[in-house]
Amino acid sequence: MTIGAKSLLAAAVVTGFLMTGSATHAATAQPFPASVSGWARTDDVRSFDAANLYQYIDGDAEKYIKAGVKTTSTADYSFGGKVDAVADVYTMSDANGAKTIFESDAAGTAKTVPLGDAAHADSQSLVFRKGAYLVRIVAYQGGPDVPQALIDLGHAIDQQLEN
Amino acid sequence: MEDSQGEGRREFLKSWVGVGVALGAVDALALTEAHAQPAAKSVVVGATDPLLRGSGTAVDPTRMAALLDRAMQSFAGATGGADPWRQLVHPGQVVGLKVNTIAGRGLSTNVILVQAIIAKLQQAGIKANDIVVWDRTNHELERAGFHVSSSPGADQVRCMGTDGVGYEDTEESFGVATCRLSKILTRVCDVVINVPLLKDHGEAGVTLAMKNMYGVIDNPNHCHANGCNPAVADVNMLPTIRKKVQFIVADLSTVGYEGGPGFRPQYAWQYNGLLVAKDPVAIDTVGWQIIERKRAEQGLATLAAAGRPPRYIATAADAQHRLGTNDPNFISVVEAA
Repeated sequence: MTIGAKSLLAAAVVTGFLMTGSATHAATAQPFPASVSGWARTDDVRSFDAANLYQYIDGDAEKYIKAGVKTTSTADYSFGGKVDAVADVYTMSDANGAKTIFESDAAGTAKTVPLGDAAHADSQSLVFRKGAYLVRIVAYQGGPDVPQALIDLGHAIDQQLEN
Repeated sequence: MEDSQGEGRREFLKSWVGVGVALGAVDALALTEAHAQPAAKSVVVGATDPLLRGSGTAVDPTRMAALLDRAMQSFAGATGGADPWRQLVHPGQVVGLKVNTIAGRGLSTNVILVQAIIAKLQQAGIKANDIVVWDRTNHELERAGFHVSSSPGADQVRCMGTDGVGYEDTEESFGVATCRLSKILTRVCDVVINVPLLKDHGEAGVTLAMKNMYGVIDNPNHCHANGCNPAVADVNMLPTIRKKVQFIVADLSTVGYEGGPGFRPQYAWQYNGLLVAKDPVAIDTVGWQIIERKRAEQGLATLAAAGRPPRYIATAADAQHRLGTNDPNFISVVEAA
């Protein structure tokens, strides 16, 4: 490996210039618990409104805007230092919007899970809706513990959502 | 995540074999406009390595470096060039690597591939500090596994997001695209190698080389109407993009064939390959067909049937754009030896 490549990839010198993205770093972490069931939140909660959602998910934003998204919050998590995941909470204008996204998201391999108003899960993802909320949790790594861990995190987030 | 190791080299050829048929199937939407026919065929090299991840899930750096070498040597062989890297870049130039990191760690340009490209650039005489890995934001780069570092003059590769540098005050325009460009493109880099990855896209149909230029402009949110057509083609016509973005090394280590552009693990396919080309239209055409074939294998609708055919690819080839060719008769697809 070259010196330059080492420099790029080694833990290191994160420089002095500010991160000036226009996502809002939320003053409150709700509905994202700091730690629960082996999960630890690893970054600030970031929030986006409909107008700047593209900064987070680019082309995916159109689908959510059409379904009436109002705000989106996201947080990164780590499970035991071995599995990384991202949790997104989309607050839609009404329950129909959440249902529209939820139904467009189901994969053939997904299993139904008792969570919120409706939920489905795969080996590395969990999606559920509750009223006007649509929640998606995606793990970047798989493993035998991951499906249940995702459901545990989902329940913790679910309890923080307003009815 | 699906385990498709072992599909190997035949995967790439199988993906391409049906392109004529597939393009014929969408002829009415894709090939109705007048097209510029290139004088010579556009070369797209595909390389795969079923053992790219060894026995694990992470990409093996040694095998990735070898895969990149195979792809680039095949490209040089097919185009009559010598050392492909020395054809592309020259000592003293600042070389940008425009990656794609918006989808986070699961479906962003692979750090190991970028590391391999950096090593080859340095072997071609480019100083570490003259190499700039960049994308829209520092945060996205960090989440994808890159470490942001912008120290000018230091003996290290720079890695930075446009959010730390800014966009030009003046706009560039073509067609429906009126955009301010990243200063990393306009002021920092002399030449840019586009290092995108292949994904399904909920609006555009497919995102690979040309769509990755949305990460260069200040207003991608204004460019998603009508399946991003003609906006993708128009953005790629912006003068500074045309001038500086010279080559494409596309990361197909993991391909998202449905549910994109975000990371959906259930649709993440370990393709374990690369595509390299100079022609952004040709490489996008080949990438599109790779996705179509996988979708067919999985029983999913074609992108046209799903209501999101990548029409912008044909637009980019038309007489108003001439960014490359989407005509299979003028694309030479080479499988790296």
